[in-house]
Amino acid sequence: MFEFLPPAIVLLLGAMLIGLVRGALRTAVLFAAPLLTLWLIWLVPDGVVFDVGFLDYRLEPLEGSPVRRLFATIFALMALVGGLYAYRQAKWYELAAAYAYAAGAIGVSFAGDLISLFLFWELMALFSTVVVWCGGTPGARAAGIRYAVMHLLGGVILKVGIEGVVVHTGSIDIQPMLATNFDTWMILAGLLINAAAPPVSAWLADSYPESSPTGSVFLSAFTTKTAVLALILLFPGEPALIGIGLFMVMYGIIYALLENDIRRILAFSIVNQVGFMVCAIGIGTELAINGAAAHAFAHIIYKALLFMSAGVVVYRTGFNRCTELGGLFRTMPLTAICGIIGALAISGFPLTSGFTTKTMISQAAANETLIAVYFLLAAASAGVFLHAGIKFPWFVFFQRDSGLRPKDAPWNMGLAMVVFAGLCILLGVAPQLLYQFLPYPVEYEAYTPGKVLFYLQLLLFSGLAFFLLLPLMKRTETISLDADWLWRVLLYRLASGAYGIAKAAGHAASSAADAVLSRLHVLANRHFSSSPGKDRPGIFARAWPIGTTALWIAVLLTSYVLVYYF
Amino acid sequence: MKPDSKDHWLARPESIRLLWRVFAIVLAATVVAQLVIGVKGYFGVDGWFGFGAAFGFLSCVAMVLFAKALGFLLKRNTDYYDDGEHGDV
Repeated sequence: MFEFLPPAIVLLLGAMLIGLVRGALRTAVLFAAPLLTLWLIWLVPDGVVFDVGFLDYRLEPLEGSPVRRLFATIFALMALVGGLYAYRQAKWYELAAAYAYAAGAIGVSFAGDLISLFLFWELMALFSTVVVWCGGTPGARAAGIRYAVMHLLGGVILKVGIEGVVVHTGSIDIQPMLATNFDTWMILAGLLINAAAPPVSAWLADSYPESSPTGSVFLSAFTTKTAVLALILLFPGEPALIGIGLFMVMYGIIYALLENDIRRILAFSIVNQVGFMVCAIGIGTELAINGAAAHAFAHIIYKALLFMSAGVVVYRTGFNRCTELGGLFRTMPLTAICGIIGALAISGFPLTSGFTTKTMISQAAANETLIAVYFLLAAASAGVFLHAGIKFPWFVFFQRDSGLRPKDAPWNMGLAMVVFAGLCILLGVAPQLLYQFLPYPVEYEAYTPGKVLFYLQLLLFSGLAFFLLLPLMKRTETISLDADWLWRVLLYRLASGAYGIAKAAGHAASSAADAVLSRLHVLANRHFSSSPGKDRPGIFARAWPIGTTALWIAVLLTSYVLVYYF
Repeated sequence: MKPDSKDHWLARPESIRLLWRVFAIVLAATVVAQLVIGVKGYFGVDGWFGFGAAFGFLSCVAMVLFAKALGFLLKRNTDYYDDGEHGDV
C-alpha cells in the first residue's frame, strides 16, 4: 500500500519522536524530520500517488500538483526554520505539537479527496490548540478553549458540507466548485472559518498573541494558509470571495491601527494579508491564482519573520504592549533590522518578496478591469505600510526611550531571523526563483519603472501620513471589541438571563407545590390523625360505636334503593 | 539608562531633523521622477502626475480617521473580558 512514504506521516513521526528522545538526539530529530519531509515533498509526482480503501470510498491521501508541492514546501520550510528559532527556548511538547501541526498542514496540501482533507484539517485544529495552550498563562488556557471551540465548530460545518457533496454527487474528489447550493456553501464556510474570514475573524487575534513567543511563530503560518490552498483547489473564481477578501483586508488594517499589543497588531495583519489572497482566488484568473499562491508563500516567510522579531522582544523583555516598549534598537539591532525587513516585505516595498507577489494580485484585478477592487487593493497596500510596515517597528524599536536595555536575540533565534530576512530579499530581487514553481506559467514582469515609481509614491507618502498623524495614533491601554463580543458577552448574558428566569420559575413552582402539600398535610392531620394536638382525635381516627356504623349503612342502602327505583 | 549624556545617534534631535530633511527630499524626488519615468495607469486616472502620492497619503488619512472614530465605539479597557462578571472562559 505504501510504496511511497507520505511526507506528512514522516513529519508526524518526527513530532512523536521529539517527545521520546532528549538532548542532542532531540535536536537531530528537530532538524532531520523537516529536511527529510522537504526531500519527500519534492519526490511527490503529479497526480494521485496511491489510494486506500475506507468503507465504500477510495481515499487518495497523496496527490501531487505544482501548487500542492509549493504549499507543502513552505510549510516544511517553516517547520525547519521555526524549529531552529524555537528549539533552545520552547518546551519539548510545544515543539512536538508544532511539528504535528505542520504535518497536518502538509497532509492537507497533498489530500486528494475531501475525507483525507478533513482528517488532516482536524489534526491541525487539535495540535494548534495545544500550541496555543503552551502559552502557559490563564489567558492562554482560556483563549485555547475559545480557539478549539471555533475550530471544532468550523470542522463540523466543513463535515456537513462534505457529507452533502458526497451524498448528492457521489464523489469525494477535490475539484473546483462554486458555492451554488447548501452543501458547497457549508464547505466554503468551513474553509473560510480557518481563513479568519468575517464574521469570525476575531479568533485569530484572540488566540495567537496568547501563545508563547515561539508558539506564535508557528501559529502564524499554517491554519490560514492551508485554508488559502483549499480555497485555491476548491473554489477558484468564486465571486463571493472577492468581497470577503476586501472586507478582510480593511478589517485587518483598521483593527491593527487600534491595537496596542505588538503580536496582536501582527495577528490582525495576517487577516489583512490573507484577505489579499482570498480576493485573488475570487478573481480566479491564472494570474490571480498565481498571485494568491506566490503571496501565500512570501507571506509565510515575512509574517513568521515579524513574529520572530516580536517573539524575541517578548522573550527578552517580558512586555508585549506598545505602551511598555520603545527605543529597543539601541541594544537589539539585529532583531530591529530583521523586523524592519519583514515590515518592508509585508508592505510590498520594491526589492522585497511582498512587491513581487502582491502586485501580481493587483495586476490580475486590473486585467479584469475590476476598477473598485484595484483601487481598494492599492489603498490597502498603503494601509499595510501604515499599520504593519511602520507602526510595528516604530512603536517597538523607536518611538520613545522606554529605558529597557534587553540583550539581542539568542544565536538560534537570530540565525532563523537572518535566514528568513534573506529569503524576503532574495525573492524580491530574484522573483523567478519562486515564479517557476507557481501553478500556471508566469508571464508577469514585476519590475517595470512605472510600477516601481507608483508603489514608491504610494508607500512613501503613506509613511508621511503616519508621521504627520502620529498624535492621532497615540497608543492606549485598550482592546477593541470584535464580533466575538456577541458570543463572549451578549450570548453569555442572554444565557445567564435565561438561567436566572428558569431558576426563578423553578423557585415559584416549588414554593407553590410546597404550599399545596402543607395545606393537604394540615387537612389530613385534622381528619386522620389520632392525636392532632387537639382534645379529641380527627373524625376518621375516632372510635365510633358499632350501632352508629350500622345506622349509617342502613341509611346508605335505603337511599341507594330509593335512587334505584325512581 | 546609559550613564553617558550622548544618546544613540538616531535619538539625537539634530539627526532626527536631518532624517526629516532626507525624507522630504526622497518624497519630492519620487514625485518629480514621474516627469522622466511615465507611470502607465490602468484606468487613466492612476497615470496622473503624482496620483500614487496623493492616493497613498489620502487613503491613509482616511483610514486613520476612520479607525479613530471606530475606536470611540469599540475601545474597552484591557481587562474588559477578565472582570469575571460574565465568567468568560
